[in-house]
Amino acid sequence: MTTEFKVHTLAELAAQGKEAEMLFWVGCAGSFDERAQKITKAVAKLLHKAGVQFAVLGTEESCTGDPAKRAGNEFLFQMMAMQNISVLNGYQVKKIVTACPHCFNTIKNEYPALDGHYEVLHHTTLLNQLLGEGRLKIEGGAFKGKRITYHDSCYLGRANEVYEAPRALIEKLDAALVEMKHSKAQGLCCGAGGAQMFKEAEQGKQEVNMMRATEMLETGSSTVAAACPFCMTMLRDGIKNNNKEQEVQVLDVAELIANAMDL
Amino acid sequence: MYQSILFVLVSAVSVYFFARNLAKIRRNILLGKDLDLTDQPGLRLKTMLKVAFGQTKMTSRPIPAFFHFIVYVGFVLINIEVLEILMDGIFGTHRVFAALGPVYNIAIGFFEILAALVTIACVVFLSRRFIYKLQRLNAPELKGFPTKDAAGILIVEIILMGALLKMNACDQILQARNVAHYIQAGSFPVSQFLVPFFDTWTSESLVIMERIFWWFHILGIFAFMNYLPFSKHFHIILAFPNTYYSSLKAKGELNNMASVTQEVQLMLDPSAATPPGYTAPSSFGVKDVQDLTWKNLLDAYSCTECGRCTSMCPQNLTGKLLSPRKIMMDTRDRLEEVGRNIDKNGSFEPDNKNLHSYISEEELWACNTCNACVEACPININPMEIIVEMRRYKVMEESAAPSSLNNMFANLENNQAPWQFSPSDRGNWMQDLN
Repeated sequence: MTTEFKVHTLAELAAQGKEAEMLFWVGCAGSFDERAQKITKAVAKLLHKAGVQFAVLGTEESCTGDPAKRAGNEFLFQMMAMQNISVLNGYQVKKIVTACPHCFNTIKNEYPALDGHYEVLHHTTLLNQLLGEGRLKIEGGAFKGKRITYHDSCYLGRANEVYEAPRALIEKLDAALVEMKHSKAQGLCCGAGGAQMFKEAEQGKQEVNMMRATEMLETGSSTVAAACPFCMTMLRDGIKNNNKEQEVQVLDVAELIANAMDL
Repeated sequence: MYQSILFVLVSAVSVYFFARNLAKIRRNILLGKDLDLTDQPGLRLKTMLKVAFGQTKMTSRPIPAFFHFIVYVGFVLINIEVLEILMDGIFGTHRVFAALGPVYNIAIGFFEILAALVTIACVVFLSRRFIYKLQRLNAPELKGFPTKDAAGILIVEIILMGALLKMNACDQILQARNVAHYIQAGSFPVSQFLVPFFDTWTSESLVIMERIFWWFHILGIFAFMNYLPFSKHFHIILAFPNTYYSSLKAKGELNNMASVTQEVQLMLDPSAATPPGYTAPSSFGVKDVQDLTWKNLLDAYSCTECGRCTSMCPQNLTGKLLSPRKIMMDTRDRLEEVGRNIDKNGSFEPDNKNLHSYISEEELWACNTCNACVEACPININPMEIIVEMRRYKVMEESAAPSSLNNMFANLENNQAPWQFSPSDRGNWMQDLN
């Protein structure tokens, strides 16, 4: 158990005349979704443990506009983006870490053209760096020797070619990393992207997350590692609809690390 | 002499029609919107060499990659022999490159082996499509012309390779009989096995047969060339420019619409003066092919309809209507239709149709924007961009998003989150960190 700590907002720090080393962009799922909140907390604990002076935006954060953009509502996207950028630039934010690949992709790739220039990291990349620098240490822990399969998030993997950082983290747990039929550049979507999360699927033979669940179960892993709160929802539903929620757990890579470190 | 005149005439007519069709396609592609893709020429060249010349993206499926490579190498190298055929045809010579001596013999021998391998590859491709009935090659969007297009070219290729080998078989018998004009040249590791079929013929008949196969081979090539612009096989030319002009951005990046930026800036800051020369945008998103960029249209003409995109699409894999390959085929079909309209009327006359007449809402709204299709394409075509641009038209021009997405938009506007949560609760998770 860690000692109690408090997560500060940039507004609080600014009032004290202080600055943060980096902003932790939590994202809507990480803020509101009960399951994703656990990922958010795991990331916060890990950052705190590593001694990263981070802060959040709190109520000043809003959606990056990603689902609006993917659904074709460029007006709404750019309105949200410009408002966010004006908040971020107001606090002179330089570096951002986020646990959501959609936020990551949007802020990293689509905000610069709207005058939002930041160094943006996904939490798996940052955690990997912190381990490399010795600011975090893992000792095997609960996952030693366990079969873990990793689900590539489209917006982390294909969209931004982050394939190795999450895998490197899993390997640091001394776990046996098993790949699914579709992985890395050939990874199969969980079914949430492109604003599908917010609508019913079109008519077909199967839901996308059910197909992915089959691939996950085929690996015989007791743990599925995810790196995106939307994938988390879809994969858990897929496992649940296969009545396998007792045998197979879906955890974010950050949660795996936090568990292994007893945080 | 007559043969030479006839040959020059036939070549000139073929080249003329080919050039005319190329010009038409160029015009059609340039109907698309401007997009500057001239940056980083070094990286672009490297991408083209790797992806088009090196076929690196084919390797994810080794069997078709191997046979496709044979056909590709065969096509490129056997064309060296076509150069000889052209010169012989014009000047009335026979095997003009034979002056190269041993190198020529090795080359002809190598081409023969390639011709045999290409024949085998074409048989493999035909059997994959029609005997093993690979799902990827038997999808609904391939019914009709696309399947005939694929089969026709494979069969013609087999016949052409056969003509080349039979021509060489006759030629070597005539050489052995020391018939005038048929100089001693070449090596014939494959066609030697065809010799027994022609060996009993008189030299006169063999000369006629040799000429027939020669003419058949070159006429076949001219016909193929002129068929290309109407076929999926046009990729053998366009794969190169299409990879050169590939997007160099991260796949996750969707373009920010500049027209919207201007409007949003004016909206967020009403006191801002409208910039000089400001004109309100006439429409947003893609209604018809002219609203796509020229690169999208080049993509459409480059598509080989191989279906790797569709076979990796999560929505298609789970039985939904969406097929990225169909998006590309529809775009080309509509563009051709617009092109014919322009040919007929001088400029485009509205025909009560647009790209949405080809691509349904059911297809558009199914996309996960997961980039699997973009990743899968061996020549860097991007079907996803067309889908998103068409969604933009649906949402911003017709307000025709599915109602669940309209609810999501409303939540974003009112709660700054896609769900109906109160923005003031956004930091609640911080209260209890365990």
